[in-house]
Order: sequence, then C-alpha cells, then structure tokens
Amino acid sequence: MAEIQSYTINFGPQHPAAHGVLRLILEIEGETIRKADPHIGLLHRATEKLAETKPYNQSIGYMDRLDYVSMMCNEHGYVMAIENLLGIEVPVRAQYIRVMFDEITRILNHLMWLGAHGLDIGAMTMFLYCFREREDLMDCYEAVSGTRMHATYYRPGGVYRDLPDTMPKYSDSKFRSKKQLDRMNLAREGTLLDFIEDFTNRFPGCVDEYETLLTDNRIWKQRTVNIGVVSPDRAMQLGFTGPMLRGSGVEWDLRKKQPYDVYDRLDFDIPVGVNGDCYDRYLVRVEEMRQSNRIVKQCVDWLRDNPGPVMLDDRKIAPPNRIEMKDDMESLIHHFKLFTEGYCVPEGESYAAIEHPKGEFGVYIISDGANKPYRVKIRAAGFAHLSAMSEMVEGHMLADVVAVIGTQDIVFGEVDR
Amino acid sequence: MTRRNETLAARIDARFGEQLERIASTCGELTYELDKDDLIQVATALRNEADFGFEMLVDVCGVDYLHYGIDEWTTNSATETGFSRGVEQQPVILDEADEFDPRRFAVVYHLLSIQNNVRLRLRAYTGTSNPPIVRSVVDIWNSANWFEREVFDLYGILFDGHPDLRRILTDYGFIGHPFRKDFPIMGNVEVSYDAEEGRVVYKPVTIEPRTLVPKVIRDDNRYSADLKEHSDG
Repeated sequence: MAEIQSYTINFGPQHPAAHGVLRLILEIEGETIRKADPHIGLLHRATEKLAETKPYNQSIGYMDRLDYVSMMCNEHGYVMAIENLLGIEVPVRAQYIRVMFDEITRILNHLMWLGAHGLDIGAMTMFLYCFREREDLMDCYEAVSGTRMHATYYRPGGVYRDLPDTMPKYSDSKFRSKKQLDRMNLAREGTLLDFIEDFTNRFPGCVDEYETLLTDNRIWKQRTVNIGVVSPDRAMQLGFTGPMLRGSGVEWDLRKKQPYDVYDRLDFDIPVGVNGDCYDRYLVRVEEMRQSNRIVKQCVDWLRDNPGPVMLDDRKIAPPNRIEMKDDMESLIHHFKLFTEGYCVPEGESYAAIEHPKGEFGVYIISDGANKPYRVKIRAAGFAHLSAMSEMVEGHMLADVVAVIGTQDIVFGEVDR
Repeated sequence: MTRRNETLAARIDARFGEQLERIASTCGELTYELDKDDLIQVATALRNEADFGFEMLVDVCGVDYLHYGIDEWTTNSATETGFSRGVEQQPVILDEADEFDPRRFAVVYHLLSIQNNVRLRLRAYTGTSNPPIVRSVVDIWNSANWFEREVFDLYGILFDGHPDLRRILTDYGFIGHPFRKDFPIMGNVEVSYDAEEGRVVYKPVTIEPRTLVPKVIRDDNRYSADLKEHSDG
C-alpha cells in the first residue's frame, strides 16, 4: 500500500463557513491539519488611506463598514481618538447613549456570532433564533439613525441627535392579520426607550433558550470542548483581546480596567473562562450578552430621568441646528465652514482603544494640524486573532477548522480594512 | 491613568536614560522615540523586566512622513474650476533614490502591560536606507508577525529577522506600496474583464485625480497656548 503523504487543499475564499472572504491554504495529513496559511486582503478597501484624504467627520461612515456586525462600536473608537486630540469632553447624556448603543451592538454582534457559529458546526436552529432578536435591535438602530446597519450616528462631541420619541411601527399588510399586527406593534407604542426596556426584559429569557439548545448539548460539546485551546500566556503573546483573551482566563476588559465614557458608573461583571477552548469562549460570550443586557437596562433608566444636550456646544466642531442657521449669520458661516472644510485638529497623536465585541478596537490618529488626519491606523481585534489561526488548528481535524474560525468571531470588514 | 503613566515614565528614564526620548503633545499618552539599532534591546527589556512587564504588543503601524505639515490649499481667490486647481499635484518621488530623508518612514509600536495596566508607544525612524529596514520583534512578541507583514506590504519597510515576510493585504502580484504618501489614491492599475481574451486584464488607470476638500492647516489660537505648554513641559 502506498504511504499516505501530506497534501495541500484550498479552503475558500467563497465558502459558507469562511465568514466572508477567507482563503485558507491547508496542509493536511489524512484529516489532520499540519499547517494553515490564511490568505486575507480580498476585502481590502484601504479605509485608512481613504480616511487620510477626507475631513475627519466624513470618515465616520467608513468605520461602520469595517466590522459590519458591530457598527457603532467602530465609530466609537474613531470619534474617541478625535476627541482626545481636540481635548473635548462629551455631554454626559451622549456618553450614556453611546454606552447603551455600544452594548446593544455587543448583543447584536454576539447574536450574529452565535447564530453563525452554531450554523457552522451543526446547530441550524440557533441561526433562526438569533436573527429573531437581532431584528429588534436593528430596529433600534433604525429608529435612532435612520439606517439598520451603517448608522454614522456618533460624532466627535456627542451623537448626531437625541433619542426619538416614537418607534416606527409595522404597517398593515395582506400577509398578516390584524391580531398579528397588534401583537407585533405592542412594544412599539411608546418611545424608543420603552421599546429597548421591553427588549431587556425579554432578552434574558431568549438567552436561556439559546443555552437550553446548546450549553449541555452533547453534539455541541463534542464539537467545541478541547478544540483550539490557548493558554493565557500564549493568548497574550499572540495579541489576543476581548473574549478570546478572557476565554483563556485572563481577566482583562477595557470597560473595567481603562474605563471610557460612563462605564465606571455602571454595574456589570466580566465573565472569564478556564480552559481556553471553544466551549469556554462560547460560555464567555453568552454571559457577556447577559451582562450587556444589564448595562442597557441601567442606561435606559438613567436616560429616562436625565434629559440634556447630546452634542457639544462648540460651533467650531459641532454644526448649529437648522433653525438657528436660517436667521443667524454666524451660524450660517459655521455651518458652511464645517461642511466644506471641516475643522482643524491640533497637531499630535492619540490612540483610543475601546472594548469592541471582538476585542480591543483601537484607532491611532496622527494629526499634523490639518482638517484631515495625517495617518489613521485601525487596530482590528480580528487581525491578531486570525494570525494565530495556524497555531490554533494545528493537529486538529479538518472539521475543527470551521469551529476555530467560528470561535475567533472573524469578520473580514475589519481584518482586511 | 496619569499617575501610573508618570510612574512608568520615571522608571523608563531611570532604566534607559538617553536611549528613549520622550515626545510631548500626545494627549497624555506616553510616547518615546528610539534609535532603530536599540530596538531589540529596549523591547526585550520592556517585555521581560518586572518594572515594565509589557507582555502584549497591541499594534505595529507604519508611518510615511513625506507630506507631514504640508498643506495643499494656498490659493486665495475663488474660481469656478473647483478645488483641484488649488492643489498642486505632488510630484511622484521615485523610490529608486539611493537614500530617503532620515525622518521619512517610522514604525510605531503600541505596547500594553496587563499586569501594570499601562500603555506605551515607541517610535523608531527607519533612517536613510532604501529600502527602509528595521529589526523584527517577532521573537519578542509573536503577535508582531502579521502586523509587520502589513507594514511591509503597505509601506515597503523590511523587517530583518521576520520568518515569513510576504505581502498580506494587497492583491497577488501587486506592485508598489500603496500607503506611501507618493502612491496615488486611485492606484496605478485598474482591472477589467476582457471578453476577447476571456480573462481579467490589468490596464493603467483612466481616472483623473480630483481633490474634493483640500487639506488646510490653520493656526488656531485656541490650541496654541496648549501646544506651548506641551513644548515647554
């Protein structure tokens, strides 16, 4: 019998389990992976270079398109770096709104991750369950910014506008009965905050449902326990952050350790794994959803009681409102200058890092005093995670590659930038 | 945060002295410049010595300082031809030159210490050599592997000692280093499908460069006092 030798196969870039456009060159021996060489860059759009050719505010929209399942968190990192450079303080209500939407985004991201990860390794139902709840959160995005995904809602100095008083409702359709319609619109009668509160009351029950399906599921455990084990030291050495680092047992969360905005005023816990395998990272992320839900609830309560400005009152950075603009020459000039030239940011450099759902998302901006950034560097968590792909899959079976891609929560928008 | 930073700054001054030069005006973040020849020694110390304990390399970032502080907008009178007329198209600087300006390219390292909860930024200029070259820190922090590949791909900075320095983000067979400031924003080639040849072909770009908003640098007196304070301190 001929001796079996290792051979090389190509995985992706168009593969449903590749989470976008990942191309993997796998060197395998039988069914065992010897080496994985990820080829990335198929979604490279040179976001950083584009940002260097535009005034600061015009690049906020690009940030949404980086990690396109956690849009507002990306914006947050970018506007925070600009705020550091400008040395401005954001109104506290805007900070609460940002934190609330960061956490809504975290739930959105983890739901997407859970659904896709489940689907990849054989739990079809998860996908449907998760998308049911995602729909409600997408509606929150839509209510506040007008778009379901690419919000462009955060601005240096605050957020674009205050939370709306009404929630968009489902309209009559021949495909649903009056009774169905009323049930769908039940939570939408009040303000956006009422809707979010209703969601936070429902959501822990939904997470229980997911856990019933997965946590003690024999097949799920066979696919995840002891797969892709990373020790804490290796995790730090490889630059892991977020749930990938916490899954290995390192208690590190920027929201606690280097708090930004109002995270230091909120009550929440940081889940930490023990074994550093796919199953622990699953448990960490599920618990993070529960904790995010707690944070959202606290923000809703605070936002109800504390009206106030949501944008910095500085006409050199924030545009005047339309009414002011109509009868005030000064406001008209400010508006014109802001939207044609933008604002100049003092010379200097700043690195702003936030606890993005996937890990540490950092934006490093160098300014030479112009209205455009001189250099923008986006530090994407997924980039560091994917670079450890080879190490994580070595010695595992071909089918486990998919589990590892899933557990890394890879989104190519941010890896390729 | 600030207090921890000051403690760290004092330790760095005591340990490294002249090797690291502190840079002001960085929003309360610690930034040091160092000679590229000292990089490995300093990085090893920062990682291994208990006083510093930077066990994580968060990011490696290339910077091209070619147009730093140069604004595009110098015209005072308005015309109807749009902004592009006011912007002098920068001449293409061929990289075949023997030497670069010593402060043209830099590599910026962002370090994070989890045990001490501090961040640190190091910057090393690559000097005059063409192609620019620095030592790789992959052996000290393994996460540098892909970050350095990215810097090489986008800026053409070589990393001596890197195990696998290939392009990472750009296309297979790409020519040039796209994030250099003298690389045009619309690139050099465009791709289309040629029906006759039955394959994808590369052609020179046909798009004209256009400036929508010119880069301007304004002396803003709101920041000048601030800047002065930084440069004094």
